[in-house]
Amino acid sequence: MEDLDGEPAVTLIPEVNSTKKQLCFDWGPGEMLTCETSFNKKAKPEAEPTCPYIYILRKDMDVHSPILRKLFNESHGIFVGLQRLEEELSGRPRKAQLVRVSKNYRSVIRACMEEMHQAATAAKDPASSSQLSSQVSILSAVELIWNLCEILFIEVAPAGPLLLHLLDWVQLHMCEVDNLSADVLGNENPSKHDKFWNLVTVLVLQGRLDEARQMLSKEADANPGSAAMCRVLGDLMKTMPILSPGNTQTLTELELKWQHWHEECERYLQDGTFAPSPHLSLLCQILLGNEAVILEQKELLGTWYHLMVTQLLYSHPTVKPTELHIYAQSSLDLFLGGESSPEPLDNILMAAFEFDIHQVIKECSIALSNWWFVAHLTDLLDHCQLLQSHSLYFGSNMREFILLEYASGLFAHHSLWQLGVDYFDHCPESGRVSLELHIERVPLNTEQKALKVLRVCEQRGMTEQVRSICKILAMNAVRNNRLGSALSWSIRAKDAAFATLVSDRFLRDYCERGCFSDLDLIDNLGPAMMLSDRLTFLGKYREFHRLYGEKRFVAGASLLLSLMTSQIAPRSFWMTLLTDALPLLEQKQVIFSAEQTYELMRCLEDLTEGRPTCSEPDGLGPQADDVETTKVEMLRLALARNLARAIIKEGSLEGS
Amino acid sequence: MKEIYAKFVSQKISKTRWRPVPSGSLQTAETFTTGSWDNEKNYVSLWSIGDFGHVDSDGGMDGDHQLLCESKHHGDVMDLQFLDQERIVAASSTGSVTVFLHHQNNQTLSVSHQWTTAHYHTGPGSPSYSSAPCTGVVCNNPEIVTVGEDGRINLFSADHKESVRTIDNADSSTLHAVTFLRTPEILTVNSIGQLKIWDFRQPGNEPSQILSLTGDRVPLHCVDRHPNQQHIVATGGQDGMLSIWDVRLGTMPVSLLKAHEAEMWEVHFHPSNPDHLFTCSEDGSLWHWDSSTDVPEKSSLFHQGGRNSPLLAHSISNQAAAHPSLLTSWLSADPAKDRMEITSLLPTKTLSVNSLDVLGSCLVCGTDAEAIYVTRQLFS
Repeated sequence: MEDLDGEPAVTLIPEVNSTKKQLCFDWGPGEMLTCETSFNKKAKPEAEPTCPYIYILRKDMDVHSPILRKLFNESHGIFVGLQRLEEELSGRPRKAQLVRVSKNYRSVIRACMEEMHQAATAAKDPASSSQLSSQVSILSAVELIWNLCEILFIEVAPAGPLLLHLLDWVQLHMCEVDNLSADVLGNENPSKHDKFWNLVTVLVLQGRLDEARQMLSKEADANPGSAAMCRVLGDLMKTMPILSPGNTQTLTELELKWQHWHEECERYLQDGTFAPSPHLSLLCQILLGNEAVILEQKELLGTWYHLMVTQLLYSHPTVKPTELHIYAQSSLDLFLGGESSPEPLDNILMAAFEFDIHQVIKECSIALSNWWFVAHLTDLLDHCQLLQSHSLYFGSNMREFILLEYASGLFAHHSLWQLGVDYFDHCPESGRVSLELHIERVPLNTEQKALKVLRVCEQRGMTEQVRSICKILAMNAVRNNRLGSALSWSIRAKDAAFATLVSDRFLRDYCERGCFSDLDLIDNLGPAMMLSDRLTFLGKYREFHRLYGEKRFVAGASLLLSLMTSQIAPRSFWMTLLTDALPLLEQKQVIFSAEQTYELMRCLEDLTEGRPTCSEPDGLGPQADDVETTKVEMLRLALARNLARAIIKEGSLEGS
Repeated sequence: MKEIYAKFVSQKISKTRWRPVPSGSLQTAETFTTGSWDNEKNYVSLWSIGDFGHVDSDGGMDGDHQLLCESKHHGDVMDLQFLDQERIVAASSTGSVTVFLHHQNNQTLSVSHQWTTAHYHTGPGSPSYSSAPCTGVVCNNPEIVTVGEDGRINLFSADHKESVRTIDNADSSTLHAVTFLRTPEILTVNSIGQLKIWDFRQPGNEPSQILSLTGDRVPLHCVDRHPNQQHIVATGGQDGMLSIWDVRLGTMPVSLLKAHEAEMWEVHFHPSNPDHLFTCSEDGSLWHWDSSTDVPEKSSLFHQGGRNSPLLAHSISNQAAAHPSLLTSWLSADPAKDRMEITSLLPTKTLSVNSLDVLGSCLVCGTDAEAIYVTRQLFS
């Protein structure tokens, strides 16, 4: 817990020049406060403008603790389960389920606390040990608050059982008594142990009367003189009426019995039964709920809420939930005695006793350095339908606002971003937008990670993000000269423009090298080929090569021609296609029919018509031009010869 | 599958592998290794599920697995394999391949050898050097085969500094996984849905055979070979489909089984009981496929054996391997009849289950929710 009213600590930031108007702070992701510095500027005065060095003033350390990571991960599972629970049991009585969820959360906190405690005791250097210990105390406070909220808001215990829950609550969190008990009982003569009476008193204060009676019988054995007194007090403890969970007695019955018992205690005290032993007399006065006597045990009580529960146990066993805050306030005042002011934890518990949920959440948000607790508690309370009336001026409700904060914090962490996704999913209003903004910023260092991010986006139909991620990957692949990969990614993104770009690279490589690379991909394009015209052309052109390789000339020839006539082939590539037709024209048998040959001729004329005969501006020089002219001449010759053969063949076929 | 133990380990687990049991020994699995990914610091760790001989009162053993030792690993652990009893080969997202040596006497893990530039886009030595993640590794002591996003296949020998054989540009897309078929043949799967068989005896960089799913080009992420029948392989794809292939027969899968809702990250035949198959997926599920149930006549002896003692099951399944009528349960599995028995092994769906491994009656898996799950009663 941070102290709200403490003096702000002064942090010196190296290399800050405030005269250059350079000093500026900004909140970065995940509770990070950053500041620009002039580091490294002197080292390289001539260097090109670089990114200024940023000094991180403060960051959320909790998220980086390996033990707390377990808390985040385990509670994520519970959180997701709780959201599913909501879908499954709409309408049915859900209190038991919600209490179970709450207990699961608490057991995760406890497990984490225990591990942290072990780590603290095992830590070798005092700094980390004390840091871990402070974490343990924060976790224990968190669990204490959670448990109280569970009793008051989720369990909603009525008068009677309420006190039993509060007793459990105090017993669970005042566990020093167990150590003390082990210590005392370990002694060969327990009643002679100097803490013996302390132990008995604490047991009585916590309402653990069975254990207290066992202690008294030990005293009776060791000290026959007080045996009678111990027996009487033990009987009083035994007969104290309490509400047992299975019992059906009504509150009035209980109150009546309790009144009788109380009078009996009073009687024993008045007739001086316990006068010889100050210890026993003290215990009896505690049983009578004597405020002053109980308050004297401040050291043993330790906290004001322990005082309150003890007081309630022996004075108002049937306290109603609505009366709690009165007793809480008076216990707090009594306990502090005007000497010290309440701490954040006290304020939070007090707000809970006042049933002011929003105050609890507000105080917790201020006091704790991490959103974990507030986010999960708020969500759980929201599922109990306790927060509906409250809406905030900034658009979303409180649950959503806090969950968004927590999830953003997770995204700021190097590895916990995957957890954040599910929290965003359950923020109906701005969860999706936040996820869209965050998911695009996850660094993608391997394809495996990219696939995971893509899956997140695809499951949620975030097409814009899918496209952008695929494009990044495709760009990376192009940069690394992995054209096959690049094409795969652009097909996945259905990015026609990029597919065209990559197809052009393929065709260029083909023109340069005379052979295709990445045949395994191009041969298996399938329907994906339709993504862009250029890609279709690439696939079909490769198909032509395959047909040619398989000596299926007729099919190949008509495919080649259709590439040009259907305008799929880019103009710039026509010359290559016509050149490819050359060997077909020169085959022994006639492959292009007369009609096809006319088409080819038309294509060639179209191509040559557009370009000036002597093309100086393209700068290829006369030699390249010569080659081109020769090519055209050869083509014309071959086409003419083929036309002649085709006419003869077609004519003779018809004739025969 | 009654008891499954979960342990949260504060790192996302990318790979889990059992240490092989020496052949012929009666030992059960007790040590496994894990690799982490997407952490600021990644580790290769060794864990023990054995509690050093203690068996508690009711005959069961304490389920929690304990960390034996760990070693820092540069980059994400992309794949992990045991080379032998002591050596572990790890593939890194930085393109390096590292051999770790486990010293069992003082429980430490050290780097015994490393090929730093096994996979790269632009060659080492050039100023624009850029590495490529190594995505898969498979070992057959002393041979180590690695594949990567650069479409390269490397054959290393554990004792040699240089690679024995490298096939550059073996694939135009990313190679996702590799397995041995029949030595010296390997089989790779890639991101456009193809299986390629490579024969190291042949020169050049062309595969000896290409198999693919027609049409959809769905990326394949994992592959495993049937332990007894070297021509049967199982692959898992991006759409969560399980495909069973007979590499002798044509280029199409023998059966396609609808499985997970998202990427299938790993598929494994049970090494000694290959009628059982295990798959895990990005959707957070871990499945046990039992194909032995659809042939009722062979079940009685086999099943009882499997239930009562893993050792008996082992010996019987060896006999089964010699019996042709029991061989084809995967190839004859007819998805239309759907008599395959499928059980989900994890109690609740979590984040992605990235990896699993089976050995004997033990199974281990690792998840993105930073938990390692172990069970020791797979067939109970």
